[in-house]
Amino acid sequence: MIETSRSRAVVSMQSLPILRRHVRLQYDGVREAWALLSPEKVFWPNEVSLDILRLCDGRHSVTQMIAILADQYAAEQEEIAPDISAFLQEWSDKFLVTL
Amino acid sequence: MTDPVLPPIGMLAELTHRCPLQCAYCSNPVELLKANREMDTAGWLSLFEQAADLGVLQVHLSGGEPTLRTDLTKLVAGLARRGVYTNLITAGVGIAEGRIEALADAGLDHIQLSFQGAFAATTEKIGNAQGAHEKKLETARRVRATGLPLTINAPIHRHNMEEVPQFIELALSLGAERLEIANVQYAGWALLNRKALMPEREAVERQVQIVEEAQERLRGIMTIDFVTPDYFAIYPKPCMGGWARDAFMVAPDGAVLPCHAAATIKSLHFERFGDWDLARIWHKSSAFNAFRGTDWMLEPCRSCERQEIDWGGCRCQAMAITGNAAATDPACIKSPLHARMGTLINEAMETAVSDAKPDAFTYRRIGKAAEPIT
Repeated sequence: MIETSRSRAVVSMQSLPILRRHVRLQYDGVREAWALLSPEKVFWPNEVSLDILRLCDGRHSVTQMIAILADQYAAEQEEIAPDISAFLQEWSDKFLVTL
Repeated sequence: MTDPVLPPIGMLAELTHRCPLQCAYCSNPVELLKANREMDTAGWLSLFEQAADLGVLQVHLSGGEPTLRTDLTKLVAGLARRGVYTNLITAGVGIAEGRIEALADAGLDHIQLSFQGAFAATTEKIGNAQGAHEKKLETARRVRATGLPLTINAPIHRHNMEEVPQFIELALSLGAERLEIANVQYAGWALLNRKALMPEREAVERQVQIVEEAQERLRGIMTIDFVTPDYFAIYPKPCMGGWARDAFMVAPDGAVLPCHAAATIKSLHFERFGDWDLARIWHKSSAFNAFRGTDWMLEPCRSCERQEIDWGGCRCQAMAITGNAAATDPACIKSPLHARMGTLINEAMETAVSDAKPDAFTYRRIGKAAEPIT
């Protein structure tokens, strides 16, 4: 056995989300849109998702991501924080990002 | 056609029909092609270039057993150069030392590895191949050692349905990100062996419960994709997400088809890559346009609010069971022939009880004389 116990990663403010090694955010010239390529699935992230995904580089903490996005969207941090956390948790559960 | 034809996203490349296993439910056509009919390296590479130009983002390299192609690393490298996401679908038996590492270095993105059983005896019996299970375990370890993401694929039928909990444990222990519990689709060899493969209704219901519980319990730990058995369903599967809508497949000889079973619809003609370029096939092939969109639909699909959810279901299943490829898939409760699915299940169960050798499969073999199913 390679892994005897596996557990679900849960997002926190200190998490440093990063796209998984075999998940690629790639511009598709045919459709003129950004595609997120992952094992067996292609996702078409919208503008907001794209802005979050671009910050998933393993260097920005969730706290920093929220600050940057609040600034970018001229929104209150407390207002957007739950949505961003929820997105990241969902993408972690789908094996798109590592927290 | 009212809607414009959109570019395809996915392509299934059946590089060869050769395979070390002989699974009685193989999705390949009953008439298998020998090695001398396979398209050569240059042909596949040229096809992949045109696929990337056309908008294909993901290529699933399958077979038969794709690793039997000695040029597989070159093919993967060709796709990787174009930024196409590559998925290798393998039985994981007889892969030479160093090959998986070479494929990873060439840019392979993901591996899907099949297990016919959760136990060695089952895997060997279903695939008719001694020692297959151990080799698969070794392949899984080597995949994980390269860091490639791993999906375990478990094709499910009467002879391994009770092993579903063990399949889940096996996939977890092998470090898989995903497990596909895929109930066998009755086309190709599986249609030929339907009576020997069809599960009991009670077993299907138990399976659904076990999988749904595991999906909940393993959220964020391992994804379980569940392909339900449509003979027991209320609505059909949206086969291929709609005929010629965003995906297609290519047979070993370069024939381009809307789905892997489409050749069972004898009224259709399929072009071969090389005779036509890929863009022309995608847009102009009569086979691709035959069931594209919704204009071809008959009642009850024609006036159904689910027509762009189910896309009429599976054309090949409609052909196999109703004799009309344009009919509503009889898996749908609205099909006037839906009751036939129940009859077919019952007939298979009677065979299971009455037949002294209910496990007698017609194993998949190249050149094996097999009567076409009507």
